[in-house]
Amino acid sequence: MDSKKSLCAYLFLLPAGIVLTIFFFIPFFQTIHLSFFDYSHDVYVPEFVGFSNYIALVKSPLFIKTILNTFYFLILCVPFLVIFPLFLAILINQNIKFKNTYKILIYLPVVISIVVVAIAFKWLYAPNGLLNFFLEKLNISQIGWLSDPKVSMISVALVTIFKGVGYYMMIYLSALMGVPKELYEAAEVDGAVGFKKHMLVTIPHIMPMIALVSTISSISALKVFVEIYVMTRGGPLDSTKTIVYYIYEKAFENLDMGIASAGAVILLFIVMGFSILNIFVFERDKYKV
Amino acid sequence: MKLKPKNILIHSILILICILSLIPFLWLLSTALKGQNENIFAYPPVFIPQDFTLDNFKEVLRLVPIVKYVINSFIVASITVVLNVILSALAAYPLARMDFKGKKVAFFAILATIMVPFQTIMLPVYIITLKLNMVDSYSTLMGYVGLIMPFAVNAFGIFLMRQAFLAIPKEMEESAVIDGCNSVQIFFKILLPMVKPTIALLAIFTFIGSWGEFLWPSIVLTNEKLFTLPVGINNLSSAFSANYRLVAAGSIVSIIPIVVFFLALQKYFIAGSNDGAVKG
Repeated sequence: MDSKKSLCAYLFLLPAGIVLTIFFFIPFFQTIHLSFFDYSHDVYVPEFVGFSNYIALVKSPLFIKTILNTFYFLILCVPFLVIFPLFLAILINQNIKFKNTYKILIYLPVVISIVVVAIAFKWLYAPNGLLNFFLEKLNISQIGWLSDPKVSMISVALVTIFKGVGYYMMIYLSALMGVPKELYEAAEVDGAVGFKKHMLVTIPHIMPMIALVSTISSISALKVFVEIYVMTRGGPLDSTKTIVYYIYEKAFENLDMGIASAGAVILLFIVMGFSILNIFVFERDKYKV
Repeated sequence: MKLKPKNILIHSILILICILSLIPFLWLLSTALKGQNENIFAYPPVFIPQDFTLDNFKEVLRLVPIVKYVINSFIVASITVVLNVILSALAAYPLARMDFKGKKVAFFAILATIMVPFQTIMLPVYIITLKLNMVDSYSTLMGYVGLIMPFAVNAFGIFLMRQAFLAIPKEMEESAVIDGCNSVQIFFKILLPMVKPTIALLAIFTFIGSWGEFLWPSIVLTNEKLFTLPVGINNLSSAFSANYRLVAAGSIVSIIPIVVFFLALQKYFIAGSNDGAVKG
């Protein structure tokens, strides 16, 4: 490990290091720093207030509501995004025709901008839109998809699910390739068929991937923003206001940078909890030095 | 081909799911093709336009500079891809192949960034971008720079490239050292050509990600001349919320480039699921 070799390594790391320092590390510490200041009186003369922003947030019913909303959203999407794409991947992984066509069509929503997907769904959710027409056909009364506070979060979650299914299906498909064929043959010899065969062989074998999908989908659920921004703006009655939407509003609409940063730090802790669990439990090998 | 009952069931489920993933877009397309004389809220809904017209497309292209948005998105996404490939590959090489002081520190610093979502640091990133004059109010060029730089490199790209470098046998390098190659030559002449498939993968997924990015551009952009597609289309949908035909036509136009891109490169998207080559 001579110093010339070290210097060479640093030179290779330098360009990425500069970008990450300016646009990641400095902003990261600045977020923590800002969270201890009060900007609400004068944006240009911040006042050091210690933990007051955090205390104000914890005491704020609206902030608590956004946390509960975010976890409600997570519970609505994550189980579905973990299980359903796996089911689809197992179906497509059979020896069937038109495999690639199915994969392409199911993956299509993944590549289309979430803004357009949200606009398309806003149109489907319209009071006299397509979805309510089908409900009427089924003799179910109309639903205020985006106007009823009881339903609005479910409507938002449906969009996230729609956009995510193809992505997680592809992850599962690549994992299914790694399941040795002999295991299925052995299970068949033992008399396991169909559903049982997958419960005995597939599921245990791709458990790490299931864990990974749970983590990725949970973290993206905690960060949900665009669907809400385009479709509901946090409404009706704050029923779809999530943590990121709250931070966005405080930072860029109310210019209350202290509160926004304290909210960001709280979100950071929640996300870090999920990530640390994933890295240290499921992905140890990948990130070994 | 003989159709077993089991396969019929599988095909029916998959066809149903494919239809479901297309319906929102087909319904947009149908709405966009309906003329002024047709009620787009008709009960029951009509899928095939009765008053078929392309006027909505002509109108939206006349009113909104969608082509300009496409060009902006293309510029931003392409430069983001180039920077990500170069910076990730450069940083990944020492992390995979060299021993140096502070390797662990560098490694964990990069790893830690995975845990911090952009949403939690976006406010200081915005303040820094403003201070560095990387905004469209300063100049068009700096506007592009500000759109791109926060996404020029990320930990996923670095770790993806590192995995690819780790998979190359050490002997390749050792023989090059004997031949008198230095680190720079080894990197460009030997290692880089061997990880082309990973570079392609990183490039494609970075492109899709950058193309669809909404939050950051919507924060930094003030000048409509620099609007990227998602920002432009969102703007269109608020400005013309009363005219859904136009919003639908604009949305359809906006997804054409990325759908063409996806279909042209589909083998890369489904490759991983065919041979297990992708272990992201």
